Amino acid sequence: MFQLLLFNVTNGLIIGAFYVLMALGLSLILNLSNVINFAHGGFLVVGGYIAYTITPYVGFWGALLIAPPLTAAIGLATERVLIRPLYGRDPLYSLLLTFGLAFIFEDGTRFIWGAQGKPVTVPAILAQPLSNEFFFITGYRLFMVLVVIIAVSVLFVLLRFTRLGIRIRAGTLDLETVSALGVNVRMLRSLNFAVGIFLAGLSGVLAAGQLGLEPTMGAGLLMPSFIAIIVGGVGSLTGTLLGGLLIGVASGVTAVFLPAASEAIMYVLMAVVLLIRPRGLLGEEGMMT
Amino acid sequence: MIENDYARKLTVLVCIWAALVLAPYWMPPLGGYTALGTRVLILGLAAMSVNFLLGFTGVLSFGHAAYFGLGAYGAGLSLKYLAPSTPLSLVMGMLLGGLAGAILGTLIVRRRGVYFAMVTIAFGQVFYYIAFQWSSLTGGDDGLRGFSRQPLDLGLFKIDILSNADNFYFFVLFCFAIIAAVMGFILKSPFGRTMLAIRENERRARFLGIPVERHIWIAFTLSCFFMGFAGALYALLNNFADPKGLHFSQSGDFVMMAVMGGMRSFWGPLLGAAVFVVLQDYLSSVTVNWMSFVGLLFVLVVLFFPRGLLGVIRRKLVS
Repeated sequence: MFQLLLFNVTNGLIIGAFYVLMALGLSLILNLSNVINFAHGGFLVVGGYIAYTITPYVGFWGALLIAPPLTAAIGLATERVLIRPLYGRDPLYSLLLTFGLAFIFEDGTRFIWGAQGKPVTVPAILAQPLSNEFFFITGYRLFMVLVVIIAVSVLFVLLRFTRLGIRIRAGTLDLETVSALGVNVRMLRSLNFAVGIFLAGLSGVLAAGQLGLEPTMGAGLLMPSFIAIIVGGVGSLTGTLLGGLLIGVASGVTAVFLPAASEAIMYVLMAVVLLIRPRGLLGEEGMMT
Repeated sequence: MIENDYARKLTVLVCIWAALVLAPYWMPPLGGYTALGTRVLILGLAAMSVNFLLGFTGVLSFGHAAYFGLGAYGAGLSLKYLAPSTPLSLVMGMLLGGLAGAILGTLIVRRRGVYFAMVTIAFGQVFYYIAFQWSSLTGGDDGLRGFSRQPLDLGLFKIDILSNADNFYFFVLFCFAIIAAVMGFILKSPFGRTMLAIRENERRARFLGIPVERHIWIAFTLSCFFMGFAGALYALLNNFADPKGLHFSQSGDFVMMAVMGGMRSFWGPLLGAAVFVVLQDYLSSVTVNWMSFVGLLFVLVVLFFPRGLLGVIRRKLVS
C-alpha cells in the first residue's frame, strides 16, 4: 500500500512538473499580452515532432538542445505575422485565432508525419530503472524532473535579475507605463511569446520521450495547464508552479483510490479553489478580473 | 427616418422568416438536403444562445458546448429511460443544460475577461470527462444510442417527425421561433437593456447601482437554458448524443459562428451557422484535411472580417 501510494505521489509530481513547464509558458503569454494561447498544445506537438525528425542525425541530446529554439522561432514568426495585429482588440479574437491555429497544427502534423503514433527513443542510460525496489522511477523520469527544475530556475532567475525579465514583470503589471518609459513593447511581447513557446517546445521533447508522439496529444495536455493557471491564480507565475504540482499530485493520489476520477479531481480542485478563493491560490485581487 | 428604419427592419424580418419557412422547397434544387437545413437551424439557435451572452452582455464564454451536450444527453436519456415522449425530452434536455449552467454560473461569474473565458473552458470540460468515463449510462466514447424521436401526439392526430424529414424541419422551426421570440423579448426588456449597459461600460453600470454579477449570472443561466434546448433538438435530429458535442472544440465552433455572422446583431449567428455548416459539410466531403481549412477560416475571419458578414454588409449600407 505504502509503495503504491509512493508510486502514485512520485508519478503525480513528475506529471505535475510537466504541467508546470507547459503552464508557465502559457501563463507568461497570458500575463503580458492577454492572449489565451490555444495553440500552445500545437506548439508542444510541433516541438516533439521536430525532435523526432532530427534525432537520427543529432541524437537525443542534440534534439533536446535544438528542437526548443526551433519551435520558439516558429512561435516568433507566428506572433509577428498573426497575433501582433490583434493586441489592441478584444481578447476574443486572439483566442479564436490561436484556436484555429491549433486545428492547423494538429492537421498539419498528421499530414506531414502521419496519424500513427511515433516513438522517440531515449538514450540507454536514461531508460533503465534506478533500482528494483523503486522500479517505477526510471532514469528518464528523474531526468525529466531535473530538466524542468533547471528550466524553471533559469526562467525565474531571468525574470528576477535580467533587464528583459524585469521589463516583462513590469509589463504584466502595467504595460502602458512601461511603454511610456521608452521600452519597446512590441519587441518585449515578441520575446516574451518566444520564451513561452520555447517552454512549449521543451515540454514537447520531454513528452515525446515519455509518452511517444501523436498529432492529437496537444489538446489533451492543454486543459491541465489551464487548470494549473486557474488554481494558482492568473498573474502569478509562482502560483502556476504551485498549481501544476498540486493538480499533478492530486490526480496521482486519486489514481490509487479511484482511478476513474483521476482526471475529474483536477476540476473538483479548481471548483473548490474558485469557491473559497476566486482569485486563485496566489493570484492578486484586481489583476485580470 | 425612424419610420424608414422600422420598415426596413420589418422587410428583413419577413425575408428571413420566408426563407426559413420555405427552406425545404428551395434547398434541394440548390443541392442541399432538408436535414442540412435542420442542422443549420439547430446550430444557429446554439450560436444565437452563445451570442446572447457574448454579443449582448459582452462576456466571453468558451465552454458553452457543455450545456449544449448536456441538453443532448438529457433528451436522449429521457427518451431512453424515462418515457418515449418528444416534448418531455426537450424539457429534460433544457433543464439539464440550464440547471448545470445555473450552478456553475455562480462560480464562473466571479471572474471577468480572459479569466472568465478560461474558467468556462475548464468547467465545460468536466462534462466531457463525465460523459466519456461514465460509459454505463452515457455509452462513453461511442456515444448514447438506442433512442429515437417519437411522433408528436396532438390528441386529435399524430404528426410523424421521425421518417418525414420535412415535418421534422417544421417542428424544429416552430421550436426555433419560440426560443428566438423569447430571446428577442428579453433583449427588448429593461433587463436586456441592462445587459447592453454592462457590455458597453461595466464600471458605469456598477456605479448606477446595477448588481452586475447577478445580471451576468442571469444572462449566463438563460443562455445555458437556450443552449440545452438546442442540444436536445440536436439529439433528436441525430437520434444520438456524442461526447464530442461537449468538447471545447465544439464551443469554439459556436463562438466562430457568432463572430463570422456578426456578434452585434441578433440574426448574425444564424447566418454564421449557415455558412459554417454548409462549408464544413462541403469541405469534409472533398478533402480529408478539412480541419486545416476550418482552422484557416478562423484565422482569416479574425484577421480580415472581425465584424462578421452582417457587420461588413451594414458598413456597406451606411457608406
